[in-house]
Amino acid sequence: MNNNIKHIILKANDLSIGYKTKKAESVVSSNINFELEKGQLIGLVGANGIGKSTLLRTLIKVQPELSGTIKINDKDISTVPSQHLAKELSIVLTDALTSKNLTVYELIALGRHPYTNWIGTLSLEDKTIIDNAITLVNITDLKHKRCYELSDGQLQKVMIARALAQDTDIIILDEPTTHLDMYHKAYILKLLQKLTKETGKTILFSSHEIDLAIQLCDTMIVMLQDQLVCDQPCNLISKGVFDSLFPKDLISFDNQTGSFRVSK
Amino acid sequence: MKPSNTYRLSFIVLSLVLILCFVANISLGSIYIPFNSIFGSLFGTIDNSKWEFIVTNYRLPKAITAIIVGSGLGISGLLMQTLFRNPLAGPFVLGISSGASLGVAIVILGSGLFGGVLATILGYKWSIYIAAALGSFLVLLAVLAVSSKVRDTMAILIIGLMFGSITAAIVSVLSYFSSAEQLQQYVFWGLGNISNLTWEELKVFSRLYGIGLVLAIVSIKQLDAFLLGDNYVKSLGVPLKRVRHVVILSVSLLAGTITVFTGPIAFIGLAIPHLTRQIFRTSSHKILLPAVLIIGAIVMLVCDSIAQIPGSDYTLPINAVTALVGAPVVIWLLVRKRRMMF
Repeated sequence: MNNNIKHIILKANDLSIGYKTKKAESVVSSNINFELEKGQLIGLVGANGIGKSTLLRTLIKVQPELSGTIKINDKDISTVPSQHLAKELSIVLTDALTSKNLTVYELIALGRHPYTNWIGTLSLEDKTIIDNAITLVNITDLKHKRCYELSDGQLQKVMIARALAQDTDIIILDEPTTHLDMYHKAYILKLLQKLTKETGKTILFSSHEIDLAIQLCDTMIVMLQDQLVCDQPCNLISKGVFDSLFPKDLISFDNQTGSFRVSK
Repeated sequence: MKPSNTYRLSFIVLSLVLILCFVANISLGSIYIPFNSIFGSLFGTIDNSKWEFIVTNYRLPKAITAIIVGSGLGISGLLMQTLFRNPLAGPFVLGISSGASLGVAIVILGSGLFGGVLATILGYKWSIYIAAALGSFLVLLAVLAVSSKVRDTMAILIIGLMFGSITAAIVSVLSYFSSAEQLQQYVFWGLGNISNLTWEELKVFSRLYGIGLVLAIVSIKQLDAFLLGDNYVKSLGVPLKRVRHVVILSVSLLAGTITVFTGPIAFIGLAIPHLTRQIFRTSSHKILLPAVLIIGAIVMLVCDSIAQIPGSDYTLPINAVTALVGAPVVIWLLVRKRRMMF
């Protein structure tokens, strides 16, 4: 008996991403194919400028795909109205907040935006979901602080709580570990792993913390110059995918420890 | 105490202050009218027809105009600051007031050419209104047309500023070639005037204001999402472009009509939202919008009372009073709180 029929939640098919102007099309990456399963933590890694952010921006519909399709829960995102998409996909970006005068609670409550009435009144259910998100991320003591009073690590947790409050199947984070110290990098990624386990959400994040990602992710997407590989971290290591991630003159991947070493 | 309760208390206090200022505003003026006679004239139970005339046809419409101007400009400023994510934005960043100035300058300063014709058909007052409306509408359209080519909201701000410079330059050229008398007339218009609206004009004025206000109110929820940033706005399913258009339409109606009927009133639109944020420490538009409405009205009523210099025959230009009284207050608040809320 096969109980674990894979529940594919996000699927990219022959996707080509990049920028389109009236005159020309500049392709950042093409021939992208991957399937992400429900309840997994997925890390997206790749060298600078390889197109990680472009891929994420395309997945969250901030910029249009050049060709190919992206399906969330079997629905093509280009045909899903953004009001519906807002209930299936939430984001955490590196963009600075416009107003840092918001309190943590107000900010997280904005996650309920797609569900509230015309003037944004929070129902009892909304409040329960917000409180849940706050408990999950463990920021109860920050609840009444203002965003400008928070450290980078605290703010990142608050932004994750906001995405949780949006109550979507998928959360996509663009480099959630930048500006954080080593401890908080591990803390945030560990938190993401906990969230996938406890809430069954699918979480996709891009990061430069390859060694942490290898240890924590269920699946990793590795963007290389000419191809994109999506597999479990151990398979990626045995296939030697990480060796081709960077130019070999300075650092090399150590299969034993699963981390990069500076060449001597 | 829960935040919502403190807000409720502040709203009650502010509403009482507003009523107080309104009563004070219609009680004070060049001519002394005893307090109980003011109410007498409002309800038509007084024999002194001169007093009744002053109160019902001069002071009352003036007070209502002040409320509309203060609240309308304050709300426009709040909307623009959120939309452009810039605390320096005000209701006139899209060229509304510079456009109106241009229209009026063409009519007054170039009266030999167009103004004379217009004025003989419509009368002086309405020809000014129409010139201001046409001017602000056309410049607004030009700013929006150019802005649609750029993606960056900051660029729209700068384009608005540039259009302001262009119109100012044209006005300078016109004033260079006009007579001293025409120049004085134009300067007077530029000082703003909230005291010469008739009930008829006030009807048109308040209706347009009402439409703008409704458009602002329906945008409250979406504006809150703007506090996160554009990409988050989209991810929350908010139709970014449509909201932007509704907000711009609302501001054009509010600030546009106010400028047309009263001249370019400076300062209020920029400062009232900041003043309000110092009192209501929140970014939620559900709280800020009604608060700006009330505080804007209060400040304008107070400024107008000061401009009248009660008991004297002189009236100060309202535009000077708003900035003279208001600017130091805002500076003091910012210095005292050491932080600008935005």
